[in-house]
Amino acid sequence: MRAYLEARPRPSRLAVWLAPLFAAVATIVVGFVVFSALGRNPFAALHAFFVEPIATRYGVAEWLLKASPLMLIGTGLALAYRANVWNIGAEGQLTLGAIAGGGVALAIGDAWPSFVLLPMMFIAGALAGMAWAAIPAWLRTRFNANEILTSLMLVYVASLLLSWLVHVPWRDPEGFNFPQSKMFDANAMLPILLPETRLNASFLIALAIVALAWLFVRRHVVGFEMRVAGLAPSAADYAGISLRRTVWFAMLAGGACAGLAGVGEAAGPIGQLLPSMSPGYGFAAIIVAFVGRLHPGGIALASLLLSLLYLGGESAQVHLGLPSAVTGLFEGTLLFFLLAADVLVNYRPRIARAAVAT
Amino acid sequence: MNEVAQIVVLTLAAGTPLVFAALGELVVEKSGVLNLGVEGMMLVGAVASFIVAARTHSPWLGVSAGALAAAALSLVFAVLALSLRANQVATGLALSLFGVGLSAFVGRPYMSVVIEGMKPLAIPGVSDLPGVGKLVFAHSPLVYASIALFVLVHLFLYRTRAGLVLRAVGESPQSAHAIGYDVIGIRYAAVLFGGACAGLGGAFLAVAYTPSWVEGMTAGRGWIALALVVFATWKPWRVMVGAYLFGSVTLAQFQAQAAGVEVSSQWLAMLPYVATIVVLAIISRDATMIRLNAPASLGRPWHPAG
Amino acid sequence: MPSFSRRRMLATLAASPLALAMPSWAQGKEPLKIGFIYVSPIGDAGWTHQHDIARLAMEKNLAGRVTTKYVENVPEGVDAERVIRELAQSGNKLIFTTSFGYMNPTIKVAQQFPNTFFEHATGYKTARNVGTYNARFYEGRYLAGIVAGKMTKSNVAGYVAAFPIPEVVMGINAFTLGMRSVNPKAETKVVWVSTWFDPGRESEAANTLVAQGADVLTHHTDSTAVVQAAEAKKVYAVAYHSDMSKYGPNAQITAVTHVWDKYYTDRAKAVLDGLWKPDKVWGGIREGMIAMGPFGKTVGNDVRDLMKKAEAGIATGKLHPFQGPVKDNEGKERVATGQSLGDDALSKMDYYVEGVQGKLPAAK
Repeated sequence: MRAYLEARPRPSRLAVWLAPLFAAVATIVVGFVVFSALGRNPFAALHAFFVEPIATRYGVAEWLLKASPLMLIGTGLALAYRANVWNIGAEGQLTLGAIAGGGVALAIGDAWPSFVLLPMMFIAGALAGMAWAAIPAWLRTRFNANEILTSLMLVYVASLLLSWLVHVPWRDPEGFNFPQSKMFDANAMLPILLPETRLNASFLIALAIVALAWLFVRRHVVGFEMRVAGLAPSAADYAGISLRRTVWFAMLAGGACAGLAGVGEAAGPIGQLLPSMSPGYGFAAIIVAFVGRLHPGGIALASLLLSLLYLGGESAQVHLGLPSAVTGLFEGTLLFFLLAADVLVNYRPRIARAAVAT
Repeated sequence: MNEVAQIVVLTLAAGTPLVFAALGELVVEKSGVLNLGVEGMMLVGAVASFIVAARTHSPWLGVSAGALAAAALSLVFAVLALSLRANQVATGLALSLFGVGLSAFVGRPYMSVVIEGMKPLAIPGVSDLPGVGKLVFAHSPLVYASIALFVLVHLFLYRTRAGLVLRAVGESPQSAHAIGYDVIGIRYAAVLFGGACAGLGGAFLAVAYTPSWVEGMTAGRGWIALALVVFATWKPWRVMVGAYLFGSVTLAQFQAQAAGVEVSSQWLAMLPYVATIVVLAIISRDATMIRLNAPASLGRPWHPAG
Repeated sequence: MPSFSRRRMLATLAASPLALAMPSWAQGKEPLKIGFIYVSPIGDAGWTHQHDIARLAMEKNLAGRVTTKYVENVPEGVDAERVIRELAQSGNKLIFTTSFGYMNPTIKVAQQFPNTFFEHATGYKTARNVGTYNARFYEGRYLAGIVAGKMTKSNVAGYVAAFPIPEVVMGINAFTLGMRSVNPKAETKVVWVSTWFDPGRESEAANTLVAQGADVLTHHTDSTAVVQAAEAKKVYAVAYHSDMSKYGPNAQITAVTHVWDKYYTDRAKAVLDGLWKPDKVWGGIREGMIAMGPFGKTVGNDVRDLMKKAEAGIATGKLHPFQGPVKDNEGKERVATGQSLGDDALSKMDYYVEGVQGKLPAAK
């Protein structure tokens, strides 16, 4: 007797809904066991993780605030991944976006009104993110260099570039030589959506990009081409769809989204340039893209989930004194279960009686 | 001469964790599987080796435990990506996240522990010979082990039947399956081997290089190891060159500073990464070379039809 | 990232010296809740470790009157503000924010919680309910330099440093001045590793310095790697942040350690007594915020006495590490004979003193 998986003729609709549910339940069960083993009340721990962070209006605002960059970047990356283009350097593209957007804000100061300056910052950020993503795109199309590695190496380069900028040329002259730029003027700050919270207009931009991507992958010809190129490269070749164009488009789309997210961070909750502008959104967004099954709607939900886990980890520290390491453990477990449960979407578990020739 | 010997000793040591992890990942990728969880596996290897070394006072038992623990973690990847056919990129990243958290968690009580690190090889009389003695006979035993691993991996891949089968599986799982090889089984073995090697790389850091346990002590070396495999166009000897080159660029940067070169440290620190990108582009330019060496099925899930 | 320096505040935020109204916990009904936010995991040595030692000491000193909570490993940047707010929201009435990068978030949260007191380490902005505190690390560096200057045989000291900010530069200079006060031939070689924490890189930098002739090492980074590397290479080391003698039993000749125990206890007491007000504390040897770690076995009594004498001089204010004449390493006079460097000039330091090799990377 052996168990095996049988491919479904088409993805199961039921499983699409059941898989995340299964993953959530399994994670909670594991969490229950782990927290009990640690000598903590598991109910209190799960409450601290999943309920406490969003029990207040401010908490909800933080939840959405943290989900925004993940949503934005994840959507851009998913476009690339659908086309089998592996941009994993979004963190660097975000950094460049923050540098460019922040650079505009610092250069202009209060000379321009907000409604001119903010769009300029976002345009600069998107362009810079695209430029940073264009390097791996060019290396891939011109030299055939693997974009996974080049985009990843560029993350390190970007963070060192930012570090140099805030340590030397863009250092706040009144900041006693500390490595940070001066604070942006009020006109370079994104408007707040909910009073007395940090939720700002970048959340709307993220939603707009998600909606746009949704339309795009369904309707647009390039979207179709990319899906074809992603699913069956040889078929795409046959249809005369240019791989080159796909690579360029996929990388630039991801770079633009990450760049926008970088500006959103700089002009939103941070309000200046610091040696590090992101706690790893560019990497977390890769997981968001996959957990969201490369679909804009799924990505929106996945980014909310990851954001909640992150806040939950902090809350568990504050309220229960759980070490910060538990968060990573818990996140990893949930992701494993989600990925494992995904198998149900495309395959049907079967048990065969006798030995079957493999 | 003595100064040159010093530099060689330092470079070999700096490259060794990369050699272990990258050789392991190379075998994994040769079988057609892309495991991005190297950083997580290295950390788990590091923490496991340190804990066991601290408890048993034996660095060697520690190193073995590091390899085993990281292999065990890679089994999670294998089950998800090979048996359950989850996306390899996402599973690998999740593995890294999990490994970072797991190592930090189990290592907490051991952060204050001091262990006797693994001593460099010392052959009385010989290791003290001027020049050559230091050059050849004064490294950590694990440095020799990493070189031995290189020889073994090279011989395995290109001189044995099993190596041929492994490469065939990476090239075309369909054909290998058709001939009757157990593709999934072979890939399982490769992933476990890669995990063990990453664990050795972590163990080297924790019990030999800087004998201690601190959260996140691999500081990105797992990602560099991944880059080295492509940099090396999936050839073991180029992995060695790349690992030592990377180690020496970092050291050269420090040498230059200590000698009084005036460049912002951030620009100097960019060098190894920029160098990797440039070399990658130069090597990849010859498309046929990449095509000849890159496992054709890399990163694509494959499973015998149910 | 561990933090850097401090200085007197900018006049942007006017600080009121008035103590705030005495609240209910001050009458001793329920324990005062105190929160801490740490930039790295607590670990066994380093910046955050010293803060946590002080937190525990405070809990012990004020047993029954205070309870504490901490959040570790919070990166400087977007998450800090939420964590600080969460600490304030959950009822902590005194909050220590222990890294420079928490400055702006601390100020922002403090505005939203006017009845909570905040203590920010190493920053320069204060407010009605935000005080700052820092230690004169450079005093300890100077003393360590005296020991190093006496112990070195090669007359080359190696310094592994993170980023060229004033706090770090000040330490390099004070160390070098201390060293040359007893050994005018001694020089310092500096290697910047561009990271606060990467044991591998720190150890590689240390080994490079040894290869270039350094026989005493010190570091302004956050791990124990440099001391361990010194132990392995059989050279001397001066530990920073914490006593690291168990990592380098033969290597460590002394250590420059941060001691916040008394300060934290005092501040908590001030809140309990209703006497808290926003201060700008910059304490050193005299205040006990900087203490020298144990001497190594190999350090002779003459050297110990020499250092202790200087320590007493600093404590009484007779000795200042940056006592004129001080020249930079390009020959320009920076402090005139008979003068000593003021706090403001100290905190803006952007040059190497004579005896440091090379050129400061970020100097404009």
